[in-house]
Amino acid sequence: MTMPSTTDAPSADPAPEALLQLRGVNKSFGAVHVLQDVDFDTYAGQVTALVGDNGAGKSTLIKGIAGIYGFDSGMYTFDGHRVTVTNPKQANALGIEVVYQDLALCDNLDIVHNLFLGREITKGGRLDEAAMERRAAETLAGLSVRTVKSIRQLVASLSGGQRQTVAIARSVIWNSRVVILDEPTAALGVAQTEQVLKLVRRLADNGLAVVLISHNLNDVFEVADNISVLYLGRMAAQVRSADVTRNQVVELITSGRSGALGLGAAALTAGPADGTEPTGPLTNAEAS
Amino acid sequence: MTSSTLAPEAPAADEGRPRPGLGTAIRAYVSAVRGGDVGALPAVLGLVVLTLVFSILRPSTFTNAFNFANLINQSAALIVIAMGLVFVLLLGEIDLSAGFSAGTAASIMGIVLTRQGHPWWLAIIAGLVTGAVIGTCIGMLVARLGIPSFVVTLAAFLGLQGVLLKLIGEGGTISVRDPVLLALNNNNLPVWLGWVLFAVVVGAYAYVSLRRAAARRADGLHADAIEVVLAKVAVLAVLLGAATWYLSTERSRNPAVTSIKGVPEVIVLLVALLVLLNFLLGRTAFGRHVYAVGGNAEAARRAGINVQRVKLLCFVLCSTLAAIGGFLLASRDNSISPTTGGAETLLYAVGAAVIGGTSLFGGKGKMMDAVLGGLVIAIIINGMGLLNQPSSVVYMVTGVVLLVAASVDAISRRRAAATGRV
Repeated sequence: MTMPSTTDAPSADPAPEALLQLRGVNKSFGAVHVLQDVDFDTYAGQVTALVGDNGAGKSTLIKGIAGIYGFDSGMYTFDGHRVTVTNPKQANALGIEVVYQDLALCDNLDIVHNLFLGREITKGGRLDEAAMERRAAETLAGLSVRTVKSIRQLVASLSGGQRQTVAIARSVIWNSRVVILDEPTAALGVAQTEQVLKLVRRLADNGLAVVLISHNLNDVFEVADNISVLYLGRMAAQVRSADVTRNQVVELITSGRSGALGLGAAALTAGPADGTEPTGPLTNAEAS
Repeated sequence: MTSSTLAPEAPAADEGRPRPGLGTAIRAYVSAVRGGDVGALPAVLGLVVLTLVFSILRPSTFTNAFNFANLINQSAALIVIAMGLVFVLLLGEIDLSAGFSAGTAASIMGIVLTRQGHPWWLAIIAGLVTGAVIGTCIGMLVARLGIPSFVVTLAAFLGLQGVLLKLIGEGGTISVRDPVLLALNNNNLPVWLGWVLFAVVVGAYAYVSLRRAAARRADGLHADAIEVVLAKVAVLAVLLGAATWYLSTERSRNPAVTSIKGVPEVIVLLVALLVLLNFLLGRTAFGRHVYAVGGNAEAARRAGINVQRVKLLCFVLCSTLAAIGGFLLASRDNSISPTTGGAETLLYAVGAAVIGGTSLFGGKGKMMDAVLGGLVIAIIINGMGLLNQPSSVVYMVTGVVLLVAASVDAISRRRAAATGRV
């Protein structure tokens, strides 16, 4: 809510309706106030990078979106409707899928089995292997994946990039609308990172809203349309990546503000007294 | 009979990619084995080697038809208990109480049958329910409370031993005189029915595998070549045919008095269980979930699989199958005693599954493992007995064989990890 006033000049383009919108979201674990009045928007057909230092609340935010737990308060709007998401099934029903950093694949099963894990297609109580295999092949072809030799090979035999591809394919096989990727390139080499980033871009080009969590600003600037920066549990800024420089993003990540952008600026305009408070709420004020 | 239905699909396979034949299938298998995906190979080799060794050492007693049938009856209970253990082992868990679950279920069956005088089928149901209840209790404690299965089933192992003793009474036995239950693991099918069984099994296998291959080819998916499917059917037909023929010969020492021939009745039960459980494990969503939980429980949970329910059901299946194993033990011994299902029963059953190729680490195993491994162990016990070896030697040899099997598992695992086959 602070952002538009500070960056209204460049954001004059017709802003599309956000597919997924959070307003004033809070989440505490016991005494620790992890998310404070966070706003967050993702748009269909765009990649939104979610960045922030360790402990900034990125994981908490996406777990809340994915329904691993519910937010304590705040508004969760999907496709223009206010919704309640407190378990993963509800999120899946909306078309929200998360690809976690550890990918959550079963090494002892093949690609097709992993793609349909937990949501197998059955016919009269029997697994419909042919239907699953066809659909798996279509999905992988739709993502222009051609690096996999056979979709019947075990996931254990795949490279890091291929495993990431399988995990991403699993998130889109059910016509999902929002895909959240948790550091998809963290463990990959240069060529594989490039492959996965291309895939991420393709997802957005296919009309999905993609949320990309990353520590790597190269990746972020390469594929993201928007950048959201979390700083100590607050949304420091939501900006278009074309509107900011890398240094500004680094400053936002490390200190929560950068010139006119960010938390400090908002805090200063609201009241000069708490200009130096960023660490305060987390450690003391909210603990009582 | 089935070749006529295949004829229309056959030409379709020729277009497109080069047609895979028997040669490519064999090469693919060899490279899979070299890569560490040994499957049932060690158990099969073990069977062949043990059979050869005992045949050479005891040519008259080991290889005769009487002993061959005997071997099947001896291993039946072991195999059924091992089949149940495969479910639990696939999860990466263990059930140490399966042996005494078998004993307890058998004793309940015996009590309902003899002391209360109910018909055999009611006794069987009572025994099965006993097994299911034991499995439910164990499964609840493991899945819901999260106590390690080793501890829960160790407690059940001790506790059920006491229950069994209480039910039967110290030093007591319950004798089984019901003809149906005695027939279960002692009698043989008429010779003609044995051949009917052979024809049904081979015919059904051929029909199912040929139809599947044809359907996959019609869908444009990769399928085994017709030659490969036919070769598998032929091997099965030859092996089962030879076994059926041998079991159909007269094996009584005194044919004038009593004639003993035909396929043991227990084979029908074993085949039925094998087909049913194979289907459950390989062709249903539940079976897929068992592998998923065993491979990566957290991934399974996040994929929306009810991990607790899968675990609970596996323990229920294990104990219920153990109950069936208990009936077979009771039938074979004509009685139930406080040691039914005790002593080394459980360890042999776990050994059978592992020798067959089921991994103790979870996620890898098949129903057939229980059958092959059970036969390996039964042959060792049987053959060593014929060699007049004392129990001490039998135990030591069995121990070594189990260790070899576990080593094969570990080595193939390392190779598999290196080549990415798991």
